[in-house]
Amino acid sequence: MNVSLILIILLIGALATFLSGDKFASKVALLFSLAALGCASVLVNHFLGGIDISLNNPWILQPNVSFALKADGLSLAMVLLTASLTPIIIFSGFGNHFEKSKNFYALVLFMAFAMTGTFLAADGLLYYIFWELALIPIYFIALVWGNGDAEERKKAVVKFFIYTLGGSLFMLVAFAYLYTKAGSFLLTDLTKLNLSATEQTWIFFAFFLAYAIKIPIIPFHTWQAKVYQKAPTIGTMLLSGIMLKMGLYSVIRWQLPIAPLAAKTYMPILIGLSIAGVIYGSIVALRQKDLKKLLAYSSLAHVGLIAAGCYTLTADGLSGAVSQMIAHGFVIVGLFFAAEVIFRRFGTYKIDELGGIRTQASKFTSMFMILVLASVALPGTFNFVGEFTVLYSLSQVNIWFAVLGGTTIILGAYYMLKMFQNVMLGETNTKVFADVTTSEAIVFVILIAFLLFYGLYPKPIVDLVSPSIKEILTQINRFN
Amino acid sequence: MNTLIAISALGVFCLIAEIFNLRKALVPITILGLLGILGSTLHLYSIAELSSDYNNMIFADKYADAFSSLFILLTIFLVAMSHDVYKEHQTKISDYVAIKVFLLAGAVAMVSFANLSMYFLGIETLSIALYILAGSSRLNIKSNEAGMKYFLMGSFASGFILFGICLIYGTFGTFDLKEITEFSGALDKAVWFSIGVSLITIGMLFKIAAVPFHFWAPDVYEGAPSLVTATMSTLAKVVAFASLYKLLAAMNLFPTIQFQNIIVVISILSMTVGNIMALRQQNVKRMLAFSGISHAGFMLMTVLSIANAAGNLLYYTFAYALAGIAAFAVVISVTKDKGNEDVTNFNGLGKTNPLMAAVLTMSLLSMAGIPIFAGFFAKFNLFTQTIQAGYLVVVIAGVINSIISVGYYFKLILAMYTKEPAAEKQATPFVYYAVGVVAIGLNIAIGLYPTVISNLLK
Repeated sequence: MNVSLILIILLIGALATFLSGDKFASKVALLFSLAALGCASVLVNHFLGGIDISLNNPWILQPNVSFALKADGLSLAMVLLTASLTPIIIFSGFGNHFEKSKNFYALVLFMAFAMTGTFLAADGLLYYIFWELALIPIYFIALVWGNGDAEERKKAVVKFFIYTLGGSLFMLVAFAYLYTKAGSFLLTDLTKLNLSATEQTWIFFAFFLAYAIKIPIIPFHTWQAKVYQKAPTIGTMLLSGIMLKMGLYSVIRWQLPIAPLAAKTYMPILIGLSIAGVIYGSIVALRQKDLKKLLAYSSLAHVGLIAAGCYTLTADGLSGAVSQMIAHGFVIVGLFFAAEVIFRRFGTYKIDELGGIRTQASKFTSMFMILVLASVALPGTFNFVGEFTVLYSLSQVNIWFAVLGGTTIILGAYYMLKMFQNVMLGETNTKVFADVTTSEAIVFVILIAFLLFYGLYPKPIVDLVSPSIKEILTQINRFN
Repeated sequence: MNTLIAISALGVFCLIAEIFNLRKALVPITILGLLGILGSTLHLYSIAELSSDYNNMIFADKYADAFSSLFILLTIFLVAMSHDVYKEHQTKISDYVAIKVFLLAGAVAMVSFANLSMYFLGIETLSIALYILAGSSRLNIKSNEAGMKYFLMGSFASGFILFGICLIYGTFGTFDLKEITEFSGALDKAVWFSIGVSLITIGMLFKIAAVPFHFWAPDVYEGAPSLVTATMSTLAKVVAFASLYKLLAAMNLFPTIQFQNIIVVISILSMTVGNIMALRQQNVKRMLAFSGISHAGFMLMTVLSIANAAGNLLYYTFAYALAGIAAFAVVISVTKDKGNEDVTNFNGLGKTNPLMAAVLTMSLLSMAGIPIFAGFFAKFNLFTQTIQAGYLVVVIAGVINSIISVGYYFKLILAMYTKEPAAEKQATPFVYYAVGVVAIGLNIAIGLYPTVISNLLK
């Protein structure tokens, strides 16, 4: 048994969903995503039991490309994130009706396939193929099933596609260059290269362009808010919960180990940009009138902090970043789902038109409240573990970075609670707000249970990840 | 060699088929014949027979066999679509099909020549067939214009090529390619040689529509009947490129730095001008014409590492031509009763005909160079090889152009998936589905296993 099994399950799942017809599509998709989750847990078990689950087959001889999938703690953590969020996301769509749902859910599973592949690939070109492949389904999901004005949506989605594709093509050039040096795309070969400082700088920034757009880091974030707003909520969840983690994961997995000298040289600028994103995102979020856009900017602020953690090049920064990636994945999916729950009842995301939900829907209010608190990193939630570790690592680099990065918690608390107040509290709205249905409640409960459990007991995740972080740190420090 | 004879015989058969009243069965018979020829060519390839015939006029090596197979494959697709396209002109179908087969004969001659006179014969056979086809919609004024324009410009280019051949003959006193290769290896050559090569290159750049010799392409592509446009933009372009590559490789031009610089400039210009002009087009055929110009720029990159880029060129041409055929199968089926090829004709195709919309989407994604489609590896191999040859600038220009190209490819995709359909759903003949699905299926197959193609020339 090796890691390719989960990819096969997801790919067959996408095909089966497409063939199952509109009526059963969502159920078939859920079934296969649960199978993938089961497979992922078994794989993790095997991995922890010391069984080799990696895979390396030659694929193309000229250029020399292997179908290499490597499973270490970091990859598996991200695969678990994808595998557990996908069923939740699919299940959260049960309350919606999608036209041609077989296409829709097939695309969702296909995207999960591509993202899982990105997290597992250990060969540069294979990784790049999965990376690009993830872009096509989300493009169609946002374009065809999105909401709002069609023309505006089109503009937003095309901008997103061209932007991300443009960034990744420069990464492709960097890979081509690395290939001419190493004669292979394997990560293990690329991290052994002795590149000069200039070469590293160029390669680092070619990678940076791809990742900074995907994550997004200021000033490459302009596509984000519009796309999050216009995409159907399931698409937004996929984007914010998993896809942008692809960028952060790639920073740790590819960018830093391949070009560590450049990362060290430009560290202040990189952390500075990331933290600028934190502050900018928070301030812009304060002024948002659209619930989904507000969450989009809050996401920008949070991932800014994660990126800053990655670029500290310390063990704490990296492991904090990984924890926070997972925590943020769960919490942002929950928050967007809350927005969707409100939209299902009121048909709007405009904060002005909302209010007075608390008195009518007590269950929903309490669950939403917990998610909001998790998002602002209240101690006891998993987000606290992540953000605190990252802030600590920032303080090791420079205390001012930690101070500025810490504003995410203060500002975050401010705009999230203000949003909560405007959306949920206040005068009872004349409109009726039915409390959450059972299936909606299940989604919330799973997400919250996860955040609280690992908030109190983060050891399993930290233990899973820390050996690979150590390995990556030795790769980063190989020039010292 | 047998390939060429078999193709010519098939062409003659198509002409006289009319006498035996075989019109209805003509297309299937021709396809079967072409499949047989494809099989025998592949056989010749596999036994690696190096045959040199007719006083060394023709020399069929691996390069010739591999490219001939591609041309035959493309012709099969084009002939398959002929039946429906010419169903209103039943009396002329044998002529049209025969012309296509003769065009193929010219194409095969253009990659298997061993003598410059044979090369020129190939060009003329191919070009004359195309002139006729371009003007074949007699009552359509645009088609007439296209035929005339293509003929005037094309014969001008042929003149250049012929003059170039003469100058090369004047330098070395021979038309034989092997001898020319030998002599041109010498250090001191008469100035006539470089002039001759330049003239031939200009003529061929005209045929592949590279900037600044591209002005005819958009008008001719737009005016010519769609099936002919498909022929020109896939088959003819690929043929011209394969023979230009073969010629330049035989001329020992490298490493002349001036020549390389010129190629760099033309390559970058073709990519950029083609893409930027394509952004502004509303007519799909014009858009594909400009996209073809930019692809010519990409293919020119192979000339920069001419010693070992033949495999990459073959792969690129395969990827480009298969995607092009699939795209044109959809374009022809959608626009055949519309009288124009405006983007708006594709509105809502995703709803009215999801399969065709999917085929067109995939072929456009392949042209844009998105992975799992062959277009990705085609571009990637080019980029890697060009970086190895030391031309990072061209690669960066290529990358930027890949991004620009997404802009107009997606205009079509957006029209298909976000606009409301204007017309009622219309029945599409089976053959377009077959051609589109098979072509894009082959494209994906070689995208997943690129080695199948790129190793052919090892």
